[in-house]
Amino acid sequence: MIEAVGLTKRYGSTVAVNDLSFTVKPGRVTGFLGPNGAGKSTTMRMMLGLDRPTAGKVLFDGKPYTELKHPLRTVGALVDAKWVHPNRSAYAHLKWMARSNDIPVQRVDEVLETVGLSAVAKRRAGGFSLGMSQRLGIATALLGDPGILMFDEPVNGLDPEGIHWIRRFMQRLAAEGRTVLVSSHLLSEMAQTAEELVVVGRGRLITQCGTEEFVNNATAAAVTVRTPQAERLREVLGARGFAVAPADPSQPDTLSVSDATTDQVGELAAEQGFVLHELSAQRGSLEEAFMRMTGQDVEFRTGSSDEQPGEPLAATTN
Amino acid sequence: MTLISVERMKLFSTRSPWWCIVVALGLTIGFAALFTSQLGGEMPTSVAMTQQGNQFGLIVVMVMAALAVTTEYRFGTIRATFQAMPNRVAVMLAKTAVVAVLALLIGELAAFGSWGMGWVFAPDQSLVLDTAAEWRQVVGPGLVFAGAAVFALAVGILVRQTAGAVTLVMIWALLAESLIQLIPTIGDDIYEWLPFAAAFRFMSGGGDSPMSQPLSEMPIGPWPSLVYFLAIAFGLLAVSLVTVHKRDA
Repeated sequence: MIEAVGLTKRYGSTVAVNDLSFTVKPGRVTGFLGPNGAGKSTTMRMMLGLDRPTAGKVLFDGKPYTELKHPLRTVGALVDAKWVHPNRSAYAHLKWMARSNDIPVQRVDEVLETVGLSAVAKRRAGGFSLGMSQRLGIATALLGDPGILMFDEPVNGLDPEGIHWIRRFMQRLAAEGRTVLVSSHLLSEMAQTAEELVVVGRGRLITQCGTEEFVNNATAAAVTVRTPQAERLREVLGARGFAVAPADPSQPDTLSVSDATTDQVGELAAEQGFVLHELSAQRGSLEEAFMRMTGQDVEFRTGSSDEQPGEPLAATTN
Repeated sequence: MTLISVERMKLFSTRSPWWCIVVALGLTIGFAALFTSQLGGEMPTSVAMTQQGNQFGLIVVMVMAALAVTTEYRFGTIRATFQAMPNRVAVMLAKTAVVAVLALLIGELAAFGSWGMGWVFAPDQSLVLDTAAEWRQVVGPGLVFAGAAVFALAVGILVRQTAGAVTLVMIWALLAESLIQLIPTIGDDIYEWLPFAAAFRFMSGGGDSPMSQPLSEMPIGPWPSLVYFLAIAFGLLAVSLVTVHKRDA
């Protein structure tokens, strides 16, 4: 369980993170989503006590990070896979980390085995490929067998095989009952990995909700229906309270019904004896919707958030 | 104790400290061998004569101490360190302890090794350690090396970049202090109170050799000079610890 309360970071007149509050619950993967520069990494560094917040605090199972006796045993984090001395072997790197938190040294071999680095454990970490470095970073996070795990952009620069491996791995960790927070700037990536989302833009919380709910809200669902009896169907749909887009003169037999499912429209058409030539669901692209929600000059609002709507994000940097 | 053993593991699991040890000992003792083998009776052998090369080792040890912290910033391992051990002041104190003890050992080995070279190349009864001043000249370098390591480490913590920290430390110890001494009228008076001037006074002053400064010309005696030097080094360390505690890692 992670609780962030009113987290704020100011660099001079720039506000990198602005009054950010969210909670991350155990047993599922939570995505920490936002475009590049939204303050995700700064937030993670503040969570780990590396950067001092201007205001606010973060609690891990009720305690701030800096008050944990053996922090690696409570919180495992991969913030940057390059935080390894290039002339130190993977084994030596994990060994000193284990020693620092009174973790038995056999655990080093276990985590190396888990991430598949046993064969190269004694080689200098500077010669590792990006994928190997990322695996070493994950081994570091797992070292203390912590109940809480945090990963900052873990799939960045990985090949499809590596991405797949990390995705499955994080889901397995969550299934074991751990709290897993993963940051990413790709909604499509998070849609496949995370069940819950904490969405930030320009250092502010946009929403915290389920991934499905976010995707549904972000990409307004519409149904396209083509029928020779278009005008008649428009009336029936209107009478049932569906919003139908105005007719497009170039395609007089096609209707676009917003906020509806193909099930609803199809059942209604059958009930009323309509002939349908086409019935399909239309979805806006995830990336488009995400950009719209996190963009700087757009007012934003999502269904599940009780945040004040109507405040332009552009106001956050003054 | 955990923190100290972690810092020891970190220091010795890379190659640079090993090279620094070899170079520091090689240069100092090698210079002593060269120096004493060329005395050739023109000058009387003395304990102070065997210790002329200590500055070599001193500089290498300071570079090693600065590197011990700047490479951590260079490669981001300082963040991994603070992530594992959030008490930054304790971490830096442990690192200081490890580096200072290593510097002390290097200093002692270098000084006794150099003294041994004297026996090899210019054996003379004057090399017997029979005065307090002679003991100080041979035992002293280790203490100065340790203090200098603390000084360089503190600069490393403050500056965080290898090039900057090493340049600062070397220019100060090798150049700045001697240049200040050249300022007319006041130069000498200021020089006497500069940290490395005090350290050199402790290491080589007050002996019976013509090359060492006589006690009567010292503003404070050799041992108070050492205390003065160490006070400056630890003062600088205190400043660096406050800084590392406050700023973002």
